[in-house]
Amino acid sequence: MSKFHVSTTVNGDSVEYLCDPRETLLDCLRDKLNLTGAKEGCGTGDCGACSVSVDGRLVCSCLMLGVETDGKQIETVEGIADGDVLHPLQQKFIEHAALQCGICTPGILVAAKSLLEKNPNPTEEETRYWLAGNLCRCTGYDKIIRAVMETAEELREAS
Amino acid sequence: MDYHSPASFAEASALAANATGITRFLAGGTDVLVQLRSELVTPDTLIDIKKIDGVSDIISNADGSWTIGVAATGAEMSEHSELGRDWPGVVEAMDLIGSTQVQGRATLTGNLCNGSPAADSVPAMVAAGVTVTVTGPSGDREVAVEEIPTGPGKTSLSKGELVSAVHIPARGEDGGDAYLRFIPRTEMDIAVVGVGVNLRLDGDTVAEARVSLGAVAPTVLLVEDCAKAIIGSTLDDAALDALAAAASAACNPIDDKRGTIAFRTEVAGVLAKRAAKIAYARAKGEQA
Repeated sequence: MSKFHVSTTVNGDSVEYLCDPRETLLDCLRDKLNLTGAKEGCGTGDCGACSVSVDGRLVCSCLMLGVETDGKQIETVEGIADGDVLHPLQQKFIEHAALQCGICTPGILVAAKSLLEKNPNPTEEETRYWLAGNLCRCTGYDKIIRAVMETAEELREAS
Repeated sequence: MDYHSPASFAEASALAANATGITRFLAGGTDVLVQLRSELVTPDTLIDIKKIDGVSDIISNADGSWTIGVAATGAEMSEHSELGRDWPGVVEAMDLIGSTQVQGRATLTGNLCNGSPAADSVPAMVAAGVTVTVTGPSGDREVAVEEIPTGPGKTSLSKGELVSAVHIPARGEDGGDAYLRFIPRTEMDIAVVGVGVNLRLDGDTVAEARVSLGAVAPTVLLVEDCAKAIIGSTLDDAALDALAAAASAACNPIDDKRGTIAFRTEVAGVLAKRAAKIAYARAKGEQA
């Protein structure tokens, strides 16, 4: 089986890896680049735990092959904080206890950040629909939604 | 599994024509990768068409028609306000598929070629009179969308053929389209029944109509009796009842945990009425 050489940008850093064409972007992030923030929940695009952004577009990294990412800009949960300074979304998730087991959290943070970049003033309904592809079996979602809505408000006030 | 990313549709077609074993074309991958992972379909040859120039373009042609690239995503279609003004039914049908993440990848062409009878965008495309360009070893041909699926997971495309563009007709004056589906939840489920309606008015009278049903037969259906039931009417109650009866009569659904035969048959009529009313209101310019 021939491997493919992939050059891509992850969280602003140029990276290269060799991958089998059957390996998903999620496999490559976790097993080759040691970026284990994105989680494999279902592996079939239903749960959103593997959410990342590719060229500014929110996607499930389990539904994209590693070979498809050549030349793309990838952003993962590891790139959300600025060094030791948490992103406002991360801070609000802690304040609101918007996580319990934490498996869904990286995907939800990436998805919520993507929402606020596109729509700084989402309604609660828009937020719930945007995050409908991110399943959480612990929180019942209310705390997550409150954390996102409050972050949106603070970011609007700050800008 | 061999992976190829050809630079043209002719090259993609030649690769597929010469491949042995199972070949899959990769557009958004939201079905192909799921099938790969669940070991339902493990292709020997995977041909990624996204490196072909222009495949993500959404083009408004001079005659008012639209050409949608085979890798243009649902998200890109929803963000295209002019496309949504012309063909809200087609755009909304595509937008019903999956989550935000899936919308970032999923394509009209993938939804069509996956061959699911419950594919949401397909009834809307059939109602709209959408055609596709099929590129094969002997050149290109234009095919109506309703002629692509031949059964669950099966298409009329032969070895070496692939869809290379999607063509939506010009909207024109006094027309409107709509797509509605029933699912047991509020979001992210597969249609139990889907109905697409596209019509054109002459004053208050329906002059032209196309009605398509999804998830109630082995393929998406274009139902002429439904169109006949409303053409010439002002979409009065009698015409709507005739439309519902024709829709129910066309159903040949399966019975499963998500919907019984009786339920799907009845709901097809109900949704046909509702979708026709929305399309009519859109044609009158009364509803976005």
